[in-house]
Amino acid sequence: MTSVLDPVLTARWDEPDSFLLGAYLRSGGYQALPKALAMHPDDVIGIMKASGLRGRGGAGFPTGVKWGFIPQGDRKPHYLVVNADESEPGACKDTPLGLANPQALIEGMVIAAYAIRARQAFIYVRGEVLHVIRRLHLAVKQAYGAGYLGSNILGSGFSLDIVVHSGAGAYICGEETAMLDSLEGFRGQPRLKPPFPAIAGLYACPTVVNNVESIASVPYILANGADWFAGMGTAKSAGLGIFSLSGHVTTPGQYEAPLGTTLRELLELSGGIRAGHALKFWTPGGSSTPLFTAEHLDVPLDYESVAAAGSMLGTRSLQIFDDTTCVVRVVLRWTEFYQHESCGKCTPCREGTYWMVQVLDQLERGEGSEADLEKLLDICDNIVGRAFCALGDAAGMPVISSIRHFRDEYIEHQKRGGCPFDPAASTLFGELPQASPSAREPAR
Amino acid sequence: MALSLEARSRLVPEAAEIIGRYPRPRSALLPLLHLVQAEEGYVSADGIAFCAGQLGLSEAEVTAVVSFYTMFKRRPVGRYHVGVCTNALCAVMGGDAIFADLQQHLGIGNDETTPDAAITLEHLECNAACDYAPVMMVNWEFFDNMTPQRARELVDGLRAGAEISPTRGAPRLCSWQEASRILAGFPDDQAAGGHTAGEATLAGLRIAREHGWRPAAPQAGSGQAGPADAGQGQPGTAEPGTGDGGQQ
Repeated sequence: MTSVLDPVLTARWDEPDSFLLGAYLRSGGYQALPKALAMHPDDVIGIMKASGLRGRGGAGFPTGVKWGFIPQGDRKPHYLVVNADESEPGACKDTPLGLANPQALIEGMVIAAYAIRARQAFIYVRGEVLHVIRRLHLAVKQAYGAGYLGSNILGSGFSLDIVVHSGAGAYICGEETAMLDSLEGFRGQPRLKPPFPAIAGLYACPTVVNNVESIASVPYILANGADWFAGMGTAKSAGLGIFSLSGHVTTPGQYEAPLGTTLRELLELSGGIRAGHALKFWTPGGSSTPLFTAEHLDVPLDYESVAAAGSMLGTRSLQIFDDTTCVVRVVLRWTEFYQHESCGKCTPCREGTYWMVQVLDQLERGEGSEADLEKLLDICDNIVGRAFCALGDAAGMPVISSIRHFRDEYIEHQKRGGCPFDPAASTLFGELPQASPSAREPAR
Repeated sequence: MALSLEARSRLVPEAAEIIGRYPRPRSALLPLLHLVQAEEGYVSADGIAFCAGQLGLSEAEVTAVVSFYTMFKRRPVGRYHVGVCTNALCAVMGGDAIFADLQQHLGIGNDETTPDAAITLEHLECNAACDYAPVMMVNWEFFDNMTPQRARELVDGLRAGAEISPTRGAPRLCSWQEASRILAGFPDDQAAGGHTAGEATLAGLRIAREHGWRPAAPQAGSGQAGPADAGQGQPGTAEPGTGDGGQQ
């Protein structure tokens, strides 16, 4: 049987000291860096282009191409910003990577900065992951101590400083231009593009913003060659990616596999849906990607195939919901999330998410009508494509796709005058504690 | 609360150190706000004025930033900030039930603090730990795979002053103010301790090992061939170090 899983980034996560520089060196770490520093920076970019690596933060833009957009000889400072603000509902891969293998990220950053000719780099990490932040600080400190950061790295004449910058609680800062505003000390609100960060990024200087997993993949690609990476996955979706399996499954967790793997393969390997239940719906790439159902189990999880099937690969955040789950409840909660996280800059997103929460709340309580579904779709039509950034688009995806796949379930709420599902059945512990009146208690 | 002269004299050099990390001073605003939150437990009017003064901004400019970010609190927070993820997946798998139960158990609502100032309870959006749902956070450390019963025991232990360790994080749970100091960029000494990975984190790796699956071009030191032998047989560097055959 050919390999379904191919641990590279995740290969040493079970070593208790895998996050330390010594363990990383033991595993062949920092072998790629001198190789890169001996090359012309343009050739490093060339290798990344040839590898076919596409951004692992969700959008899937080719990493080497992005690096190649940085103008050279422009006499402006260039910046590298690593997006470690992992917050997409379902995404939980960069956080364990930061805990267990931060040195791969640091080595990748030095190589990336060398390629784009940046002397200053930042790791913008979500603030809510304290131990990851400790580990990133330690990794940076150890790298300085060993001469992998700072002045004249490994005698190459190339110098780089890295600052670990903790966010303060805002999903929108995972959007690259909002992240740059936040890093400049402002409210994290997206900018109009163009200009793209490669031209006018941090402090209006050329800037590359890359996801943690993308940058952590760089040393392995440099060490093993572009052909090695390009030889895995599919022709257009090359290489390996970490698939995050969560929800009503027997064995949730992180699964590193070639792009193009299917959910069916991952479930067969990991024990399937939790015992006694059947798959109802799932997200291929987090809550911002249209829902899939059991009919999509064999869709290859690569950018092209998922798009052709009507969704997006996103961050490969496979949130699995079984037959005990009310889809209306789930979509309501995601919509509340987008309402909460809308930065407020664009009216369609700010107001539309608010309205959708009201309508969905009525529907979930059984007080809606079929006309409300058309209203929801109309609101989505007024948000999607009409905001500066993708958060507005994302807010529409669960609503539109759930109505497409589960229109009857919305109507069933109205017929019954309430939710037909028992919230206790969908929990992992079976029954709700006494006097816990309903499934949806949080005071908003 | 007011920032004392003594506190200011400590904070000024620390603020200067933070500002010195960045190409432009204003980039230091978020870490400075974490710093004043570490000092007072929340971002007070004095804290805002301090940050504004260090950066040459108006207090209005700083306040506009504070109000945007949910981790900055404008009222005192208990020694332990207890968060329950109620985003869709955690909510469905038990987060809603846990949050409802904790509100009742503690006798407080969302974003409120117990009278003994021990616990501030808040429902949270996704914590990037969905493979451990339902997830709780205490002072931004992970408490994975929670149940209502375990959540009650956790908060009871916190209120009683028991030694509590995160299920995936530092060896010792630090206080809210200590946590804020780490966010300001002054980490404590716990980085090398604690957990590297939980069970779910390793799920795929374990299965790959059971099947003997290895990447087409194995990494150096994995007890297999190094990058030299990678893929298409191009020459490369020799395998470094001692390897680690024990892992295979």
